[in-house]
Amino acid sequence: MEDNTKVQNKNFVKIFFEELSRNSLVFIFLAILTGLIIGGILAAATTESIYQAFDISFSEGIKASAELIWNTYSSLFKGSFGKPNEMIAALFSGNKDEILTAFRPFLESLVTTIPYLFSGVAIALGFKAGVFNIGAEGQLYMGAIMAAWAGFTFKGLSPIVHVPLALGVGFLAGAVWGFIPGLLKAKTGAHEVINTIMMNYIAFNLTTFLVTGPFQDPNESFKTPVIEESAKLFRFFEPPLRFNIGFFIAIAAAVIIWFLLYKTTWGFEFRAVGLNPDASRYAGINSTLVTILAMSISGALSGLGGATMMLGVTFRQTQSLSTGYGFDSIAVALLANNHPLAVILTAMLFGFMRHGSRLMQLQTGIPIDIISILQGLIIFFLAAPAIIRTLYRLKEPKKEFETA
Amino acid sequence: METYNNKKVIKIEHTDIRKRIPLGVFFLIAGIFIWFVFSRNVDPGMITTFVMNPGGAQVLLPDMKFDTLTALNIIAVVCIVFGIFQIIRGFRQLTTLAIFIVGVLVTIGFLAWGAENTSINVGGMLRVMILRSVPITLGAMAAILCERAGVVNIAIEGMMITGALVAAIAGSAFGLWVGMLAAILAGGLASVLHAILSIKYKINQVISGTIINITTIGLTSYIVTKLLQNTNLQHLNNSGFFQPIQLPVLSRIPFFGPILFSHNIYIYFMYILVILLTVILFYTKWGLRLRAVGEHPKAADTLGVNVFRIRYVSVILGGLLAGFAGSFFVLGSIGYFEQAMTAGRGFISLAAMIFGKWTPIGSFGAGLLFGFAESLATNLSILNFPVKAELLLMLPYIITMVVLAGVVGRSRGPAAAGVPYEKESL
Repeated sequence: MEDNTKVQNKNFVKIFFEELSRNSLVFIFLAILTGLIIGGILAAATTESIYQAFDISFSEGIKASAELIWNTYSSLFKGSFGKPNEMIAALFSGNKDEILTAFRPFLESLVTTIPYLFSGVAIALGFKAGVFNIGAEGQLYMGAIMAAWAGFTFKGLSPIVHVPLALGVGFLAGAVWGFIPGLLKAKTGAHEVINTIMMNYIAFNLTTFLVTGPFQDPNESFKTPVIEESAKLFRFFEPPLRFNIGFFIAIAAAVIIWFLLYKTTWGFEFRAVGLNPDASRYAGINSTLVTILAMSISGALSGLGGATMMLGVTFRQTQSLSTGYGFDSIAVALLANNHPLAVILTAMLFGFMRHGSRLMQLQTGIPIDIISILQGLIIFFLAAPAIIRTLYRLKEPKKEFETA
Repeated sequence: METYNNKKVIKIEHTDIRKRIPLGVFFLIAGIFIWFVFSRNVDPGMITTFVMNPGGAQVLLPDMKFDTLTALNIIAVVCIVFGIFQIIRGFRQLTTLAIFIVGVLVTIGFLAWGAENTSINVGGMLRVMILRSVPITLGAMAAILCERAGVVNIAIEGMMITGALVAAIAGSAFGLWVGMLAAILAGGLASVLHAILSIKYKINQVISGTIINITTIGLTSYIVTKLLQNTNLQHLNNSGFFQPIQLPVLSRIPFFGPILFSHNIYIYFMYILVILLTVILFYTKWGLRLRAVGEHPKAADTLGVNVFRIRYVSVILGGLLAGFAGSFFVLGSIGYFEQAMTAGRGFISLAAMIFGKWTPIGSFGAGLLFGFAESLATNLSILNFPVKAELLLMLPYIITMVVLAGVVGRSRGPAAAGVPYEKESL
């Protein structure tokens, strides 16, 4: 009764926002927006010229800050998508070269998206099955180094054989790196978070050892030899553009994992174990096997991500390969609420931000690291919904099913 | 009563055998490995020299010179004898000591083999080991405080790096002690965030930790690139560091004095904190409550212990400690901040915590072991050892996984770690 009268008293806008707040998409949007606002404030607060502007007058300061924040985010946008006017002009001109030049940032951002996509799906799959794969980074390293090995060792193969072989080796290497913590969790109860962290550091050290030792290029130290031409992934355009078939493999992987998780019995068992391992064991599901499989597949996907990076982008491994793709992918998966298809979008968001940030640093002097801060803030606001609700005066959504 | 007792005895013997045989086999393998791999590669008559000079000692020990092959053979035989004894009879209460002795012997064998015909400064290496163990041990104790109270904290790394940056800035501006204090507070602040997220909002504690790690590592790199590399502000990243203090009497002990008692203030704080935390955790009422909250929060709550308050206090104390550990990288070591200078030490701390079975003294031991691995790894590259440093640096992680899996020894964490506590509504 009381509720009804309250609703009538509220104005339309408030009801509108309440309706929206039930929608998780708006929620994600608000989390990203809040993250961007705080990031902008940080950028302004750490820039000297802003303080000089504030010395002149308050309005000057506000104006300078707004300008800086606008410049930062617009160069981030231009770096990740391209300049909109150039893109439109190029499309109208119909000249292929011009179109490619204008769309180059966009295509390169898609390249950066690939490892996020693989590792994001990997971590999302793990979460769905109740395991927290924090070792995506190490699995990515292992996939990359082993794919490189397969790429430069076998010579004279046809690309039809060599590419799948090298990808398969990377896939397997990642799978092994996921299998070990999975097995340990299932058989001894050792927590997978700790074990995957340990496996990460084993992978980093092993990679350094291999790159400076057995796999080292005889002519150049601290690098593996360049992989054979036959192992390189197909690229759609001429050299400066690195957009390759790996992107579509990644999309396919996301779709396949989605299909397996939501449309097959096997996936149902995975999700059941993730929701309640004890209940699913009583229901006759082999939860030990599910845990091991989930970690192995998760690792394999991440390894495949490393392999596609190696065969499609870098072609040789140096000591530092990834700049934390595996760690950022935890945020990618969380932002997508661990749904494999949503991961495609969130991975693109992160890939575009990561790639665009280079131009941003060049043009505005705001360091690339702001991207990590933004990522942290966004998952912070997503993870603590109450903070967003308080900030935007959103009402807590009513639970449809009350638990007894 | 009688049958009950019998059953109990049988059960103990059963677990004993399960642990005994693999450990014995492990000793045997170590011995055989030294015999076949190390000894076979050494020519007779080679001399290894262990230099016993940690630096700054008043009383110098003479260098130890010995015949490499003889030493290796003796070590191999001792390891094999230990292994056979362990399989047949078992060391029982002395197992830990036996593991320690075999470990030391294998290490000596490795050093003797690697430094055949040259010399290696064992004293200096042990001194560096103590230094390297400081952040790992302090970080492990921070993690212990959190986990014993039932809150998993993988954000030690993030809290450390925050502490390191704050120590550099505050230390440059206001002096070393202020820098240390500010770093401690900064670590505490980060842990308040972790506490609120994981205790109040009941977010998955690993996710909360990940948030803190991503944000703080990004933020510190951002501040360094944007501000501290700026020429006007460079003076804010030049704090200097604490000078070593020679403890009276103790530092004059031959050999061990300079290794243990002629360091800067951080090392002494570490000794004190290890003892202090052991006493607090295991010999005070508060420590008992803290452990109860970590093992069975509902039972503790029933007995009137305020679960939430204990968890808040211990997580924040852990954060203060982690901030302190972070300040070591700047104020106890090089005197300025570098990007990502903690280099995963926060995660190694977690390994040390597990390795030390969630006890301060145990994790101090683990810290020393991991510190030794780091110290040895830096020496390997200098001495042209036939083994790559990276392979050696992998060992601590592998050992941790083996221990966690219970193959050799068993390490179990607090039962309620990672589970948010939900007070039942009446």
